[in-house]
Amino acid sequence: MLPDRSGPRAHDHGHTQHLNTDLEVSDWWANELTAGQRLELDEEPARGHSYWSLSVRRLFRKKLAVVCLSIILVMYVGALLSPLITPYEYTAQDLSQSRAKPTLAHPFGADRLGRDMMTRVIYGLRTTVIITIISLLGGTLVLGIVLGLLSGYMGRWVDSVIMRTGEVTSSFPDIILILIFVAALKPRLVGLVQGFEDATGIDWILRLGILDYAIISFALSIFGWFGMARLVRGQVLQARESQYTEAALVAGASTARILRVHVLPNILSPLIVSISAGLAGVAGSELVLSWIGIGVQPPVPSLGRMMFENGSIQVLRNEPHLLLFPIGTVTVLFFCFNILGDAVNDAFNPRAR
Amino acid sequence: MGTYAARRLIWLPFLLIIVTFVTFALLRVGPGDPVQVWLGQHQNDEVRERLRAQLGLDDPLVVQYVRYIEGVVTRLDFGESFQFRGKSVGELLAKRIPVSLQLNLAAIIITLGIGIPVGLFAALRQGTGVDNVVVAIALAFQSLPVFITAPVLLLVFALYLDILPTSGWDGFFSPKIVMPATVMGVPGIAIVVRLVRASVLDVLGQDYIRTARAKGLSETIVRWRHILRNAMIPVVTSFGFTIAGLAGGTFIVEIYFGIPGVGFFTINSLFARDYPVIMAFAIVSTTLFMLANLIVDLMYPLLDPRIRLGAGNVA
Repeated sequence: MLPDRSGPRAHDHGHTQHLNTDLEVSDWWANELTAGQRLELDEEPARGHSYWSLSVRRLFRKKLAVVCLSIILVMYVGALLSPLITPYEYTAQDLSQSRAKPTLAHPFGADRLGRDMMTRVIYGLRTTVIITIISLLGGTLVLGIVLGLLSGYMGRWVDSVIMRTGEVTSSFPDIILILIFVAALKPRLVGLVQGFEDATGIDWILRLGILDYAIISFALSIFGWFGMARLVRGQVLQARESQYTEAALVAGASTARILRVHVLPNILSPLIVSISAGLAGVAGSELVLSWIGIGVQPPVPSLGRMMFENGSIQVLRNEPHLLLFPIGTVTVLFFCFNILGDAVNDAFNPRAR
Repeated sequence: MGTYAARRLIWLPFLLIIVTFVTFALLRVGPGDPVQVWLGQHQNDEVRERLRAQLGLDDPLVVQYVRYIEGVVTRLDFGESFQFRGKSVGELLAKRIPVSLQLNLAAIIITLGIGIPVGLFAALRQGTGVDNVVVAIALAFQSLPVFITAPVLLLVFALYLDILPTSGWDGFFSPKIVMPATVMGVPGIAIVVRLVRASVLDVLGQDYIRTARAKGLSETIVRWRHILRNAMIPVVTSFGFTIAGLAGGTFIVEIYFGIPGVGFFTINSLFARDYPVIMAFAIVSTTLFMLANLIVDLMYPLLDPRIRLGAGNVA
């Protein structure tokens, strides 16, 4: 691996700072100091403020980021509560309303089968949200951290195997491997689950698209862990070399304590940064999969499918609302992800400022 | 440096074997019998069995894999397409690869051609309104999936302004390439703008820039020789990822705009269970990406003599 040369991040821009708290004074000073001195300042925050409260306060001082965070939260909570807040069933058809333009009864209009678009967009958002959450938890957190720790701690061939495998998954355009993966495995699993449903009398696993969620999240997880694993590995290696770890070892600290006290705090802020940056990526992959047609299967709504079905020039010409509402929703979500991700990076990454 | 490159090169075949074997195995356990697809309406058990035996589909997986790889390595033979009988996969792909390469090239030209100057422009006006607007726009557009930008561009340039054709392919020098290449380039532009801007700002604060100015070099020389060259390092670093990102978007754009490239073809083959095509695609693209990453890695020292490859192993 090369030395980490991830380029300097964008600096804080465009908000005036009022010098009224200790923190802001130190921020102001930090700008006047050289990089070396600045680092010292960062590691010794004002008394009474932990690194966490400082970072969170830095984040909440950015108004745009707070707005974006709120929008994302509203969208996530709304999506997860979709059965409660949507006025119609997502399968309810009303053919007299086919392709209806937006009205009060149908704020986003209705699709070809007269199904309420707003209901379908909210349910589609739910699909994206569920898959994003599961695969970030599974891929980035569990796989990434466990494999990273293993790699850094065991070293030797374990390290080589994990890192090389990661390089494979990341040097390949992952969406294509995911496609092959999903296309190959899904029909088999559907068969298995069908057998299971027949045997047990349970009938909701396939109907609610739970299997689809599981397969797609799994596929995204296996291709999404490497960034995190590399990060964790780097931190472990660094901690192993450092004198404070040596001192802790001499003082009789256990491996678990060293990991918890000396390694973990170093990982937490990059973790938050990489999760907030990864949100858009995972959501994008889910959309691509359903766009291609191997994501969540109809009738379970998905935004990717909606954009594919209505993605023709004829629809744009005659019923643009069928395409523009799903697109608008996704665009707002992505803008918010991006802006929040940048703000989180500024606030939590001590090297970014 | 030499040993580092050698180590990477030695790893390359192993990586390829892993990727190709996983792909091979996945495709074999996948659903649908290519022979069944092939026979279409004329299903006949006896013919099916004979064809399966003839194609070697009944042999153990590893045997099939080794036979396949042997053909690829010794004769560059990727097998015969299941879908288009009598056509070799190599021939089918060879027709489509240039199309995708041209599209990617156009997208890269757009990405760098717009991204670098805009980033430089914003950095040299740091803190002004222009800078803030550029940064905000770039931030908002990065990682926006192509099937969101595509319809919006279609709406504006094809429907309202009616200045660009909506779909099709006529080669590199036709206006039909403009829209798909732009759609592919947009996320990259945003990333390049931010990278170049941040990188130029970083370089501007360095002592050697002050030195260069202090010893009386003209501003042009300072900008081109000192600022731009040093600021390009992170851009080159991330270029490998930019290419990988482009390739991910290629097939969507190809489907969207009806361009007869590799992506379009591969997705169709995936749905038709045309294993040999998918395998060939996996092998060719993996090799290309790994080589591209390797070349990018080996290019750092040319740009920045301070970086010594192989030394310092902390990721």
